[in-house]
Amino acid sequence: MEALRNKARELLAAGTVKVVIGYERGSAGAARAVFVRDAARAGSLIFDETCRQNLAVYLMKPEVRRLGKAALVAAPAALRTVLQLAAENQVQDGGLLLLAPENGGVAVLAELSAVEARVAAQDPEPGREEREELARYEAMTLEQRRDFWQEQFARCSKCYACRAACPLCYCARCTVECNQPQWIPVPAHDLGNLEWNVMRAMHLAGRCIDCGDCSRACPAGIPLHLLNRKLIAVVRGSFAFRAGRAAKSDNALSTFRPDDPEDFIR
Amino acid sequence: MDNELRSIDHEGLGTLFSRWRAGGRRILAPRRENEKTDFAEVQAPGEACLDPVQTAQSAKSAVFPRVEELFAYRRRDGLVELRERDLADLPATVLFGVRPCDAAALAGLAAILNWDTADRLFSARREKLAVVAVSCTRSDERCFCTSVGGGPGARTGSDLLLTDLGGGGYLVETVSDRGRALLAGAEDLLRPAAGREKDKESRLARVEKRFDPERVRAALQSLFDDEVFWTEQSLRCLGCGACAYVCPTCACFDIQDEDGRRLRCWDSCGHALFTLHTSGHNPRPLQSQRWRQRLMHKFSYMPERQEALGCVGCGRCSRACPVDMDILEHLLAVAEAKP
Repeated sequence: MEALRNKARELLAAGTVKVVIGYERGSAGAARAVFVRDAARAGSLIFDETCRQNLAVYLMKPEVRRLGKAALVAAPAALRTVLQLAAENQVQDGGLLLLAPENGGVAVLAELSAVEARVAAQDPEPGREEREELARYEAMTLEQRRDFWQEQFARCSKCYACRAACPLCYCARCTVECNQPQWIPVPAHDLGNLEWNVMRAMHLAGRCIDCGDCSRACPAGIPLHLLNRKLIAVVRGSFAFRAGRAAKSDNALSTFRPDDPEDFIR
Repeated sequence: MDNELRSIDHEGLGTLFSRWRAGGRRILAPRRENEKTDFAEVQAPGEACLDPVQTAQSAKSAVFPRVEELFAYRRRDGLVELRERDLADLPATVLFGVRPCDAAALAGLAAILNWDTADRLFSARREKLAVVAVSCTRSDERCFCTSVGGGPGARTGSDLLLTDLGGGGYLVETVSDRGRALLAGAEDLLRPAAGREKDKESRLARVEKRFDPERVRAALQSLFDDEVFWTEQSLRCLGCGACAYVCPTCACFDIQDEDGRRLRCWDSCGHALFTLHTSGHNPRPLQSQRWRQRLMHKFSYMPERQEALGCVGCGRCSRACPVDMDILEHLLAVAEAKP
C-alpha cells in the first residue's frame, strides 16, 4: 500500500499525471473510488480485497476525462478493460498510466504492450465456483432458462445501474434512449425488462471482460454476469476469441470478412 | 381503550392475518427471496421476514407502481375515444412490516403527487392502504431517521404500530381510524399490555441525530452555484438510478404510450435523459448538476414548496449505491460547508 501511495505522490508531484484514480476507504468499511489530484492527498489510497469496483469505468466519464492525464489503480479486470477500450479506439497508447499493485509493490504500466504482457501472464481462467455456476446454467433446458430469467427480470426496475457500472457500456446515447423508433420499450414490464437485459448482454457479447460489476451494481440482485459469462463461453468456443487480451483486435460480432466460412453472411 | 397499550401474541397475529384476508384484503410484507428482502404478498405472518434493518426496495410500489396505466385510448371515425382507468378493482391492501420511516414516506410521496392536483391513481391506492408498521429494534450506520423528523418508534403515517416484545408477540398501538378498523372485532386477540411490555422505548434502536435539516436547507441555498463543491461531491457517481428507484419518496416519472395505453413509469432525475429537451439542449448536462438536483429537491425545494422533507432517513440509497455515494456523509458535508 505504501509503495502505491509513494508512486502516486511521485507521479502527481512531477506532473506526470494530473489525477490518480484509485480506492479509498468509504463508509461502512467499503472501498470506493477516489480521484487524487494533490500529492499531499495520496495517503488516502488503499488497495486490498475490498477494492472490487472496476475503476476503468471512470476513464469514459466526461467529468473525469476533463481532469487531464490519469494514472489508474488497476486490478486485473481493469487491465483487461483498458485493452478492450484500446481495441475500440477509446484509449490511446501512452495516454494513460496503469498502477498494478503486486506483492506489496506496484508495477507502472505505461504502454499497452506492457498491459498485454501482464494480462497474458495472469491469464485468468474462470475459477471453480464460476465454472460450476455456468455448468449449472448450461444444464438447464431452454424452457428452464426462459423461466429462470423471467423470474429474475421480474425484479428489474430499469434503474440502469448495470449499464452505468459497466466500463464497456459507454455509448454517449444508449439504444434505450433512442425513441424514433423506440427499439426497446421503456416501461419496466416483462417485455421491456427482457428486451433491455438481452440487448445489454448481446451488445457486450465478445466485448465483456468479465469484471462482474453489472451484478454487483444491481440493487435487485439479478445475476447479470451469468448472461455475459455464457456469451463469453460462446464467443470463445466459436471464434477462439476473448475480449481484453489485446490492444488491437477485431470485434468478434461486428467483423466481416469476404472469406467467412459461413454461407449465411455472404 | 384506544390510547391503552395492548399486546398480541404470534398466534393472535396469525388469526388477524386470516381475518384481514377473509375480509378481502391482500397483505404485503417483507419476504426474503434471492438473498434480498422485498415486499410481496403473504398469507401468514410466518412468511414475513422482519430480520433485516430494511428491505432493499421501498414499499412505494404499493401506491406508485413501477409501471401503471393512466388511461387507454383509441381512434375511431376520426375521433379519439378515451377510457379512464377503472379504480374500483384496486385491491384493499394491508402493508405489514414497514418501518416507521417508510410509513412516514407515504406523506412525502403524497406531497409531490398530490401537490396542486390530487393524483387520481395514487390517491385511490392510498385510500385503500392500511399501514401496519413495526418499530425498529435494530438500525445500521446508514439510518438517520431522527435527523429528518422520524424515529425508530415514530407513529407518523402508520395506522397500527407494532413493537416486537422479543419472542412474546407485539405491543400494539392504534394510531388512526383506519387502524381501529383493522382491529374491529379483534378484541379476543388483544390483551392490555402489562408491566415491562409497556416500556416501548427500551426496545427501540438508538439512532443518533446527526444534522439539522433546516441547516442543510439553508446551506444548500448558498451552495447552489458552487460548481467545485458539486463536482467534488459527485465525481464517483455513475449516474444510474438505483438511489431513486429504491427511495420511498422519489416520485419522478416518465410517460410512455404503448398500444393505445398511456403508461406512467418510474424515472430518475439522475438520468441525463430526464431533462433532455427536444431541441437537444439539456439544462442539467453534468452528473454534478443532477446530483445537486437530488439533494436540492429533497432538502430545499420540497420543504419550501410542500412543507415536507423528501427524505425519511431510511438509508436505502446509500445501501443500494454501487459506488458508496453515502447520502448521510454528503448531507453532513453540505451542513458543514462554508458558504
